[in-house]
This record gives sequence, C-alpha cells and structure tokens, in this order.
Amino acid sequence: MLQQIEGSRAVAEAVALCRPNVVCAYPISPQTHIIEAIGAMVKAGELDAEFVNVDSEMAAMSVLIGASAVGARAYTATASQGLLYMMEAVYNVAGLGLPAVMTLANRALGAPINIWNDHSDAMSVRDAGWVQLFAETNQEAIDLHILAFSLAEELSVPVMVCVDGFILTHAIERVDVPEQAQVDRLLAPFEPRHVLDPSDPVSIGAMVGPDAFTEVRYLASIKLLRALEVLPPLAQRHSDELGRSVPSLVSPYRLDDADVVVVAMGSVLGTIKDVIDEMRDGGHAIGALGVSCFRPFPKEQIRDALATATRVVVVEKAFSLGYGGILATDIALAVAGRGIPIHTVIAGLGGRPVWAASLRTCFDSALDATLSETTFLDLNEEVVAREIGRMAATRRSGPSAENVLRDLAERSRA
Amino acid sequence: MAAQHGEHTATQLRLHGRGGQGTVTAAELLAVAAFEDGLYAQAFPSFGSERMGAPVEAYCRIGSSPIRTREPVARPDVVIVQDPTLLGQVNLFGGLASTGFVIVNASCPVQELELDGLSELVPLTHIVSVPATRIALKHIGRPTPNSALLGALSALTGLISTAGVIHALEHRFAPAVAHANARAVMEAFDVVVAERGEAISAAAN
Amino acid sequence: MSAERVPVRFYQVGSFAVGNRLVSADRRNAQSDPQRANSLTSGHRACAGCGEALGARYALDAATRVTNGQLVAVNATGCLEVFSTPYPETSWQLPWLHSLFANSPSVATGVAAGLRSLGKSEVRVIAQGGDGGTADIGMGALSGMFERNDDVLYICYDNEAYMNTGVQRSSATPGAARTATTDVVGEHPGNVFGTGKFVPAIAMAHEIPYVATASVADLFDLETKVERAMSMRGARYLHILVPCPLGWGSASSDTIRLSRLAEETGLFPVFEAENGELTGSRTIRHRVPVEDYLRLQRRFSHLFTRDGAVKDEATVARIQAIADRNIRRYRLSEDDS
Repeated sequence: MLQQIEGSRAVAEAVALCRPNVVCAYPISPQTHIIEAIGAMVKAGELDAEFVNVDSEMAAMSVLIGASAVGARAYTATASQGLLYMMEAVYNVAGLGLPAVMTLANRALGAPINIWNDHSDAMSVRDAGWVQLFAETNQEAIDLHILAFSLAEELSVPVMVCVDGFILTHAIERVDVPEQAQVDRLLAPFEPRHVLDPSDPVSIGAMVGPDAFTEVRYLASIKLLRALEVLPPLAQRHSDELGRSVPSLVSPYRLDDADVVVVAMGSVLGTIKDVIDEMRDGGHAIGALGVSCFRPFPKEQIRDALATATRVVVVEKAFSLGYGGILATDIALAVAGRGIPIHTVIAGLGGRPVWAASLRTCFDSALDATLSETTFLDLNEEVVAREIGRMAATRRSGPSAENVLRDLAERSRA
Repeated sequence: MAAQHGEHTATQLRLHGRGGQGTVTAAELLAVAAFEDGLYAQAFPSFGSERMGAPVEAYCRIGSSPIRTREPVARPDVVIVQDPTLLGQVNLFGGLASTGFVIVNASCPVQELELDGLSELVPLTHIVSVPATRIALKHIGRPTPNSALLGALSALTGLISTAGVIHALEHRFAPAVAHANARAVMEAFDVVVAERGEAISAAAN
Repeated sequence: MSAERVPVRFYQVGSFAVGNRLVSADRRNAQSDPQRANSLTSGHRACAGCGEALGARYALDAATRVTNGQLVAVNATGCLEVFSTPYPETSWQLPWLHSLFANSPSVATGVAAGLRSLGKSEVRVIAQGGDGGTADIGMGALSGMFERNDDVLYICYDNEAYMNTGVQRSSATPGAARTATTDVVGEHPGNVFGTGKFVPAIAMAHEIPYVATASVADLFDLETKVERAMSMRGARYLHILVPCPLGWGSASSDTIRLSRLAEETGLFPVFEAENGELTGSRTIRHRVPVEDYLRLQRRFSHLFTRDGAVKDEATVARIQAIADRNIRRYRLSEDDS
C-alpha cells in the first residue's frame, strides 16, 4: 500500500512484516524511531514478538546470538558508537554462522561525537563477515530488509541493511509497503542450519586452534561469497512478487556509452542522479553506478559495469585516515589492470550536506581530467590552514575540534 | 529528460520555527497533503540536538515526478516563518527565488513586519502574514500554528489543496483534534484569500 | 553426681559422603546415581583437583535431573569453556553455547526470549561463567539480566581470579592473595584490602527471585539450591566457591577440604535470599580460625613462616575481621539459628 511516511516507520513496518520472533535494541540516534515503532506494534498486538529492552548494544547483539541459536528469527538496529560497542558480538555472530538482521542507521563515528550521517560506522565492520546492503531510498530500505531476512536464513550469515541516518530515517517520502501475504510468500518460517535443541544436543562456540582456524575462516568466506550468487536470483524473485525492482548487487544508471562513471552508495545517489541528468542534457557522457551490496564485494559485477568507463569518480562518505578512500580502493581493485584513473571524492562527512552544485564542479573537472586524485568536498581550507598554523606555533595549541568550532563561530560573528 | 525527475519541476519549501512549535510536523503534514493530492513529496528536518526554543528548519519538496535529491533546500520557492521573533535573528530568506512566496505567522500586517528588504526580492503580493497562532488557539486551544499555515499556503500558492491537508490531519490525529485543526486550516485559507485580494488590488492601483 | 547438662554436638560424616548410604535411595543426591546425566562428562582438560569442573558437573546434573534434560547452557569465556571444549571435542552432553567473555547473561536472555517466542518455555536456560566474566567484564550484562528479571539461572564459579589467562587479579580476589598482577612484595603484600565486589550481595540488591551461595564441599546443599532455583522462574543467581589448585597454590587433593574450611572460617558465607531478603544461612557448626584455611594455599604463603606459623599477624587479623563480619552479616553463627 502506498504511504507517505517517515523512513524509520517504513523500516519498522517492513521488519514487522517479516515476523521476527525476538526484537531488541538499545536506543541511539538516529535509530530510535525504528525501535519505538516496532515496540508500539508489539504492544498493540500487531506483532507477536518478544521485545527485550536491553542494557547496551553489546547486550542487544548478544540477545540476537542467543535467540538465533535456538531457532528464533531475531532483529536489532543500531548506529555509530552503538555498533562499536557491540563490535565483539558483531564478529562473534558472523563467526558462529548465525543468521540475524540488523538495521545500521549510518552515523559518523567519533571522536568528535557527531550524530549525523556518514558511512564510517559501516566501514568499521566491513571485514566482520556480515553481508552489507546499502539502501538508496526508503523504498529500497523496505525491500532490502525483507531481502535481508531471506538471505540471512538461506546462507546462515548475518545481514545488515545500511540506511542513511536522518537523511533517510527521518525523511518522509512515498513508499509502497508490501502486504503481509506477499512477504509470507517470500519469507518461509526460519529453518536453522544448526540449533540448540535438548533432543539433539550440540556444542556451539568451541575454541579452534592453529590446526583448523584457517580452514574454518576460509569456509566462512566461501559462505559469504555465496551471497554474490544467491542475491541476484533472490532479488529477482522479490522483484517479481513486489512488482518493482529490488536491488541486488549493483545498480547502473545511464552507463551506456558513459566515459566518466560516478560510483557511490546510499542516498547520495539520488543527488548524483540529478546531476548526471543535468550533465547528460548538456551532452556529456557521464553515468553512475550504485553499489547496493558492499560486502561481499561484487568485484566482477563492478568490473563489468565499468567496462567502457575511461575515468571513475568514487563519491564516498567515509575514509581511512592516513590512507584514503575505502570504497575507492575496492573499486580500484575491481578495475585493476585497465589503467583507468580512479578519483576519490570524500563528501558528506558527519552530515555535511552534499550539494549538487559541488558535485557538478567535481564531475566537470573529471571530464576535463583536472580533478585531483583525492578531494574532500567543500573543505574549508582556510580553517584548516589556521589550525595547522596554530599547531605549528605552539606546543599547547589545544584540542583541534574545539579550536575549529571557535574559529568558525568567530568568523561568523565577524 | 528534464521531466523525468523531480529536481527541476519540484517546488521547494523551507519552514522556519523554533523547537517545540511543530515545524517538523508542519513539513510532514505538508508532504502527506501533497501525497493525498496525488503528488510526490519529500520532507525532512534540519537535524540537530536542538532543545525547545532554538531555531529549527524543515524542508519540503513537492512535484509531479519522483524526487531524488537529498540536499537541504537552499533555493526555496516558498518560505514559511512559524515564529515572527525569528525575523531579523536568523537568515530566513536566503536563496529565495524572485518568484517566491513568503508566509509569516504574525498578527500584524505585512507592512509592519521587519522584513529586511524582502519586498525588493519578491512581489508584495507574494508575501502574506497570517495570525496562525491566534487562529490555532481559537479552534484547537493550543498555540500550534502549523495547520493554519498550511491553509494559508494553499490559499497563497495552490500548491496543495485544503482537502489534502485535512486528509493529512486525519491520518495524523484523533478525529476531534483533526477536525479542530481542519477548522484552523479553513479560517487561515479565508484570511489569506482576503488579504491577497486586497494586496492584488493595491498593487494594481 | 552432677546433673549438669553438657551440650553434645554430633557431626554426621555421612552427610559429606557422596554415596550417602545412610540416606534412603530417593533422597540421595544426583551424583550418587550411576545413571546420572554427566552433563559435563569425562575427558575434559581441567587440572587435577579443579573445583570448577566439580561444581559445573554437580550443578548441571542437578539441573538436568529436575528439568528432565530440557535445558540449554550458555557459557562465558574462561577456564570452564576452554577445558570443556578442546576442538574438535566437547565434553558437554547438553545443548551448549559459548559466545564471548562479557555477554553470557545477555546471550542467555536471548535464548530464553527465543524459546518463549517459539512456544518452548519448558526448556530452561542456565548461564555460567567465572568470577572475572561475572563480576568484572560481564557485570553490566548481568545487572541488565537481573533488572529485567529474565528467566535465566546464572551460575558463577568463583575461583577468585582470572585463572584461564594465568592467575590475574579480579574483583573477587580476596585481600592479601597473591596473583600475577598483585605482587607479594612491598609493604602490603598481595591484593589490597578495601576493594572488590561480592556479587551475591549485588544480586540481592536487584531483589531477584532467588540468590544463593554454595560450595563443592556440601553437595546436598548445592544440589538442593540448584533444584530450588529451577523450581522458580525469573532471574536467579547461584555463586559457587570453587578452589583452583593452580591459582591458589593448593594441593589438588585439598579442593574439597579448602571449600569446607572457607565455609567454616566464615570467609565464604553460605546462604539463600529471595527478593532481596535473607531467607536462610548455613550455620557454622565448627568454627575454624582463618589461618587454618589460608595456610594451605601458597597464594597466602607470605603471611606465614616456613613452618606454618603466622608471620604477618596484622594481615591475618584483617582477614579474620572479614570472616567475623560475614558471620554477623549473614547470620552464620549457631546463636543465629
């Protein structure tokens, strides 16, 4: 049914349709509306689930581990600092081969503390063995959650759906919420691959030593890579049932005959597509590639999609300090050997708006081959230069974050 | 090509208020009203950890095709000011289109408002003040001007219908509250129609 | 002839013997039954004389008996987890899950919620960990499980230090005890006084349905407490003292003797509580001075001369004061019974 609702509400509805047995979460901005909405549904009797108010994010993921281990379908949501707090358990659930689904309402990692959107939280767990899916719109957020439960239980692998905090979670937009019957056709009851059952006891979670660890980890990776095979037909099945295109691995946009291709993940693709259209209207051969499944990394699909590109601009909302772009590095690996220049544009950190006009400037430079290898979009170079000067002038230059804030405040008052 | 997406055809609105006044709710109701009218809409607040009383902004885009961009609204076609004490305090009209519209929640006429040369930017017939808080207190019993302001918006721009606004209110609130808000919508609508009629005839003379 | 009456005390040795031939068959404990569950079966890699292996087998067999095997166990990282599951073997004969060090209470909460959601509430949940996993790194999770009153019995096997990683100090390490991180040199050798947590008291402060302490010296008492705990729903806590020959520097044959001495000195109070109120204590019938307990452990050897005479009277007196306080606080004296 078509509705105009907040993204968090849309996610809550999608999760409820998937009939989770156990839902738990610890509150953190900007995920709170999702969990509150689910809690309200449980209270109203619309959703028959055990709702556990846990004492920390570590507890939340641990509850998922316990519930999943006895064959219950389990769900949680978190962001940023909460994800870091449960980090041990995030690796643990993947290593134990337990399906679980989590919404990651993407938010910047501190310090400095920041409640706004970027992808640094998702990047911090990219090696943990979870499937990571990125939603471009709230419609995709709905469809990807249903897909996530399907995929997680099929492969016995945990799946996180990344939904840009505030930008998507708190945006009110038109979505089509599926009917219960549709979701029931897509999602059979959970049949675990291994389960704690008194009638057939097993021990789960043994220590594995040097003689077997490599093989166990190799097998875990094989299992994760299977998502690359399983996801496309699964997404197709979901698309057929729902009557619209459910994203699987990559989402190309006007790639035919594109010279320059912009690669990105999440909601920023919406703004990028507007710029692409504007530039196409001006006769420029430019297109975009959305990466919907970031882990496992769809290397072959990306390589194929970029087959005719002569230059790639990766717009990403995170970076590896002291190193460079993260997605960009993965993209470079995908097209290795073809000699295509890869540009990194780091944008939207900590919730800074990604202006279409600024992207346009970058893309024009890319077409002119004058774009730098790495660009921090809309960086205030003067503020940065002043702080560098302060640090050089005196040992006790003070905390950089506070200095920058004071600098900006003084300039705006002047 | 240009009509395939919402950016060039979408109307952009920016709402200004103070935390706790329902500015975000206003943007949300606006989006739902547009949806009820069969349009595409996107609404979102400028996020922050604002406490009650701090200036807040909310954005809305309304159009006939899907809206993809996620930028804040920097070049609004409509600015709605929910709290007149923001005038002269916050940059309310930055980026306003020369064909843009302004609605201010105030009980005095437009000429008496501190509008900082706004009348040089947009036609006078595009600026209205409406006593939305007073209308709200009268019909709803609470100083929540947002529904009245949407009635004013409907009258001034025709962007959304009052029927759409009322449907949105019915989705959001219990029947008694929704109906009270609906009365506020209609009174504000009438006030603006009257005010605009005067302004148009004044401009013509 | 004087008619003065002299109180006579009987110490029934039979009650300490596992076989209990003095007791009728239906009242014998689970361990005396050749058909016992052996939830933790033989072949594990625990040290000779390990109190934890004993405590875990006692507790889980009692729980298995009273639940007809409808039981799932969640285990924290620690000695028990490591010695019981040397890959590719396991000595657990019940469904068993090990996740992390800090989270066994939360995982157990999840197991209980999952079972309830699937309509399988007849399957019961036990979480278990050592003192480190319970009192330190897992304290937040434990407190959360308590305050939600989740349907889990949490069993802490307390050997008073982080033994699995090489005998480091935990918040359960008693004053003056030597560990790898509390040296026996300096003005006040061993662990400092005035620090530490007594988790049973913390559990009582949460007012959960059942809290009890027990030791491996009193098998009947331990099994009875497990069974009483399993007859209830909600959050329950059982704290079992389990001597560690390696970490305590004691003879592997002294494990049960040390457990008994810990009780009889008053250093380890044995009691039960419900909803935050003390409901029963195990009276000390034969009071023992603390040095008789401490002398048998090399972790306290710096308090004694080579022939076993008390060298550091001040410290021993401080330990004695703790024992005296426990006796008063938990009403362990015969005068309280």
